This record gives sequence, structure tokens and C-alpha cells, in this order.
Amino acid sequence: MRLELGKIKISDLAFGPQTKVEAGTLYVNQAELEALILEDPALKSCTVHLAKPGEKTRIVPVKDVVEPRCKVSGPGGPFPGFISKVNPVGSGRTHVLSGAAVVTTGKIVGFQEGIIDMSGPGADYTPFSKTYNVVLDIEPVEGIEQYAHERAVRLAGLKTAVYLGEAGKDIKPDEIEVYELDPFTEAAAKHPNLPKVAYLMMLLSQGLLHDTFVYGVDTKKLLPTIIHPNELFDGAIVSGNCVSACDKNTTYHHLNNPVVKELYRRHGQDICFLGVVISNENVTLEDKERSSGYATKLIQMLGADAAVISEEGFGNPDADLIMNCERLEASGIKTVLLTDEYAGRDGASQSLADISPQADAVVSAGNANELIQLPPMETVIGNLAVTDVIAGGFEGSKAADGSLTVELQAIMGATNELGFGYVRGINY
Amino acid sequence: MAERKFRVVHYLNQFFGQVGGEDKANIPPEARDGALGPGMGLKAALGPEAEIVGTVICGDGYFAENIETATAQTMELVKKFNPDLVVAGPAFNAGRYGTACGAVCVAAQEQLKIPALTAMFAENPGVDLYKKELYIVATGDSAASMRQALPKMAALMLKLLRGESIGHPDEEGYIARGIRKNIIADKPGAARAVDMLVAKVKGEPFTSELPMPKFDRVAPNPPIKDMTQATIALVTSGGIVPSGNPDRIEASSATKFGKYNIAGVDDLTSEAYETAHGGYDPTYANNDPDRVVPLDVLRDLEREGKIAQVFDYFYSTVGNGTSVANSAQFGAEIAQDLKEAGVDAVLLTST
Repeated sequence: MRLELGKIKISDLAFGPQTKVEAGTLYVNQAELEALILEDPALKSCTVHLAKPGEKTRIVPVKDVVEPRCKVSGPGGPFPGFISKVNPVGSGRTHVLSGAAVVTTGKIVGFQEGIIDMSGPGADYTPFSKTYNVVLDIEPVEGIEQYAHERAVRLAGLKTAVYLGEAGKDIKPDEIEVYELDPFTEAAAKHPNLPKVAYLMMLLSQGLLHDTFVYGVDTKKLLPTIIHPNELFDGAIVSGNCVSACDKNTTYHHLNNPVVKELYRRHGQDICFLGVVISNENVTLEDKERSSGYATKLIQMLGADAAVISEEGFGNPDADLIMNCERLEASGIKTVLLTDEYAGRDGASQSLADISPQADAVVSAGNANELIQLPPMETVIGNLAVTDVIAGGFEGSKAADGSLTVELQAIMGATNELGFGYVRGINY
Repeated sequence: MAERKFRVVHYLNQFFGQVGGEDKANIPPEARDGALGPGMGLKAALGPEAEIVGTVICGDGYFAENIETATAQTMELVKKFNPDLVVAGPAFNAGRYGTACGAVCVAAQEQLKIPALTAMFAENPGVDLYKKELYIVATGDSAASMRQALPKMAALMLKLLRGESIGHPDEEGYIARGIRKNIIADKPGAARAVDMLVAKVKGEPFTSELPMPKFDRVAPNPPIKDMTQATIALVTSGGIVPSGNPDRIEASSATKFGKYNIAGVDDLTSEAYETAHGGYDPTYANNDPDRVVPLDVLRDLEREGKIAQVFDYFYSTVGNGTSVANSAQFGAEIAQDLKEAGVDAVLLTST
């Protein structure tokens, strides 16, 4: 399967009479976009804001971030099962507005969405301080229940990403990345002397707004399955996850999965990349055992020597992570785990809820409990009042001058467990 | 105007405090003015910025047997010097001394609200007890490493006194406290993960970014159903050996264990047995070695028919500062021997 990702670099953002990309600037027709979003009868109001890198702007509470994309050629379209029909994606050509992002905000559960600061110390911890953000501040109709609210906001984000992405359809990309991976039997035959590596990607699926979707299917109901890495680039995996901001995988992260990119980059050099297995993180022991057993079996069937395992979320999913590690290691498949830590604000507690001597190769995306001071911002998009109840915030988080003291947990993507960022934990 | 020198109090045991050897291990805390023993080297390494204004000395045995009282007494003496920092040791691989150093430093931090620092060998039991709360400079296992230890201690002491931030354990020379901190790595996590995986597959060295806590869980065997049919063996880390220590088991950091025939022996007498252990007061063990290896009472049980028999050999090593790796190896070898001999159960005794 071969996919061309045409990257159109976005280096500025403005409202304008027509939604278009011109000389690296994304112009957004505000009224047209707002009207499009309000076609959903579940939504009462929507205000589109723009937030650029370096501005003194705080966006809170953030639910999801999506990258604008469109299909130029090849089967299917972006976000199959939601925006496009469920045809398989991942081949042909897709255009990306690289450097732009759609950010959805609005109070859904209040305590589980995150903060994006466009400048200041908090900006260093989120990748979305470096993107040109089209922010949707969305209010649902009265009396809507949380699940319907989450779904409406999720769809608004995806819809906007496609609406903006279409503006790049006829633009000549600045750069074309080609992702091509042979069927795993052929890949293994081509590189007989390289270690055969699979990627086990764990997706949050605890229910109660901690969900992920694959081709529109709720991953709670998923048996682990094989997915072609290119399918991720076209939005086959969508976040419906409101769990803590720092280590949830937004749809943007899924579209730009750094483990997939790194395995691609090194394919044929020092590894042979076989493919991706996705598994879930359900809450019952029976589900955990079924999924870890099934995922391990699939990775064995691929013929892998080794696997990278990435977690999503923390606490309960630590049990899935360790179970996956132990089963793979017991099958003779070497593992590296990608996780983050909850070692307490003083860093002195045990970092994971479950541990194992088999987990001897762990990459840590940092201690999410570490405190950070965020100075006041001139502009707040969304609702600053929620910071007292946001995950990672606490009573008294917000000082009179608008500055915040929060755990890194509250910052979008701060300790991302796909290894998107540079923060790491270390023993002192 | 001359700047005020930082005031430091040094805690030492009876040996490094030049009071005496194991015969003086029972002395309660006492204070001296100025530096002495290792304090002289420390004083030189500290330079003009800080001064060792006093030294408190306590016997290791006294401290170990009266931890709470000894800590309180030591604090009383330390307080009188009005120090800015307390330093203890280095204790190297001396377990009782290391524990005392840790207790004194933690008390200084908690009660006097001043920084404290000690130094010892990584396997000193004091490390596991106190590393989370304290900076413990890593030393070798004996006083031979004194010269290397003192400048590292002095450098860290000055940083603590100046209120400077303390760097990574590898740079500063202290034992990692298990405190997790965040840093910015030079590569994103995904790239680090693939690097680590490639190294692991190739069998090349790699360092996990999140070391797992130590695991040493042994699942207990099912209980003995009928003790009257059981053969019981005696195994000790208390160092009981035939007089003269024929296998020359080391007084600390043992590298071997001994296996001794006790067929026909009813009682471990002070004439025929002694302890080789250098980490505790041997008086009581030497007066009656049954206190550590209770052969006498096992023989009683054997005569009363409550157990089938006492195994014909007992095994002994010295647990004083002995590494986990060595201990695990001794354990495995002894267990294999006992299994082959058909022993049903083991009575494990320490000191």
C-alpha cells in the first residue's frame, strides 16, 4: 500500500471572505464555517476564533485537536465512518495543511479537558502552541446529555478539518512524503537480516467519554486487529476521549503517529517494519485478558521479533500495558514500552499502577504530576473557570491575576505516550 | 566585613571517632569540639567557606540497640553547636553505622530543619532505608575509598549550604534517590523507543528510562502436613562456625558459606563454635551459639517425636554487608543441596 502525503505548509492564519490557502496563509470564512457547524441540531452556538503561535492566548478547556486533510486521489476519504464512507483508506494521495489545526473547546465533563497556551512556559509543553489554530467554541442545545454533546463536538472538529482541508486540494504541496509498506510476508522476505518489528498501539476504551473509534467502530467492542499504518494518516482512528489532557491521543496525534513515522523511517535500515496492531483498554479483567492474548497472537502471526507498545491514559490502562508486555515477552517477542508517569508532585511515588520485571525497557514521557506555573494571558478562549476542576488543576489553581498553578497533566499533549514530545522522566 | 562561615557538625561512630573498636561499640553519644578523624579530610576539602565546629560520636552497638534514644541524644548534642548542616560518615559498608548515619541526618532535616548529608556503599542497608529522604554520596565498600569520598561529600555539602540546586546523581556523585523529575530529551519519545528496541533486539546495552522497583518475591511453599515426619535443617546468616572459622568466612561482605556436620551434636557449645560475623556484638552468640542456631531446642523436639529428625548438617554465612547477588547465589546452592538430601523444611535464622 502506497500513500503520498502532500504537505502544504501553513505559516499564517486570517479570517477572509473566502476559505482558501494562499502563499502559506490559511484564510477562513468565519460565517460559512459557523453555519456549517450549526447544521448539527445538537448545537446551539459556535464561535470560531483564531490563535497563532506566540500570541498571549490561553485556550481552555480543549477537547480534541484535528489536522485539516483532504483526499486528492485514491479510494475513500478522511475520517471514514464519520465524514467519509467506510471504504479502506491509506493509499493514493492526501493533502495536509501542515502547521494548521482545528481545536475544539467547550465544557463537556469540565474536569478532563486541557489547556493550550500559545506562548509562555506552558507553550513549551504542548505541540499545539506551534500550530495555527482554528478554535471552535461550541455550546450545545439545552438539556443535551454528555455523550451526545461529546459526539457533536467530535463531529464538528472532524467536519471543520475536512472543510479547511478541502482548501488545499488544488494547492501544490511544499513537500511530498511517500509511505509505502509491502505485505508483511514480502517485507520480511526482502529484509531477512533485519529484526522484524511490529507496533502494538493501545487505544483508550473505558467508556464514559474515554473512547476511541476505528472506521467509526467503538473500540470497546473491538477484538485487537491489524491495521495498515497508512490508514492512520487518513484518519481511520478518531479520538472521542476526554481523559486527561497530557496523555490522551488526540485525533491530530493519530494522524501524525510518531511511532509509525519512526518505524517507517528506519524500515530497511536497521529494522523491518511489519505493521500495526491496535488493541483496546477496557476496564474488566476478562476484556484485558482477551485483548492482550489476542493482540499477542496477532503479533506472533506477523512473525515479529520485537514490538513497540504505546499506552494511552494512565492508571487502569497500566494493567493492560504490563499484561501486553508480559505476554509478548513470554512469547519471545522483545518489547519497549512507551508510557508516562504519575510519580506524585514530589516525584517520590511509584510511577505506574502496575509493574513487572519483564518491563525492562521503558521510555518515559515524563511525570504528569509535576507542577508548572502558567502566567496570566491577555486572551482566554473558552472558560477559565474550569481550571479549578480540570484534571491536573486543583482548588486554588487560579490566582487572582489569572495565573495558574497546575500539574503538567492539564496541558494538552504534555506527556504524550506515542512519544510525540521531548519531555522525559529521569531518576534523581 | 568577613563573611560568616557555614557551621557544620560531623557524626562519627566510635571507630572513626577514634574512641575504640567493637569493645567501645556500646558508648552513648558524646560531643567534641572541632573536626577529627575523617573530619580532618573533610575540613580540608570544604575550604574556607565552611567549618566543622563539632563532632558527635556514638557507638554503633549503642545506636543500633537504642535508635530512638540515641537519635534524640545525638540531636541534643548537635543542636548545641547551632549548625547549618549535619554530615555523617562515610559509613562505607558498615550496616549499623550506615543506619545510624541515615537516622541522624533525617532527624537533623526534620527536627532542626537544616540540610544533612551522608555517604556510604551502595549496598549498605542504610541506603535503602534513607535514600529517598537524603543525599547519600556513593562510596566504595571500605575506608580505602575515603580519599575519593571526602571531596565529593564536601562539594555537595557546599551546594546544600549555599542553597544551590542539586544536579543529576551521576554528576553529583550521590545515590539516586528514586525521585522522578522531568527533563527535555534530545529526541522525541518515539525515536528513543525505537532506538531502545533496536539495542534490545541486538543484545546491545540500553538503559530503561523507568527502572522497575526491585523484585524478589518468593512464593511460599505449601505448609508441611505432618511435622512428625519432617526432616528439618538449620541455615543461618549469623556467622556461626566451628571454632577457628575453618572456611575463613569473611566478617563482612561474605563470598562463601560453610556446611558443618552436626550429627551426634546435641548443643552448640562456646568451646566448639563461635560467630564469624563482624556486624554485631558477638558476646551473646559466642557465649551460647544456640542463640543464633537453635540446635539444642530442635534436638528436644526430635526426642519428643515432634519432628522426625534434624538434618545432619547446618549451613552458615555472614549476612553483614553481603551483596544481594552473593546471597542469592548462596541461597540457590544451599537449597539445591537440601533438596537432594530430602530435607522437608528449613529454619532460617539471622543475627
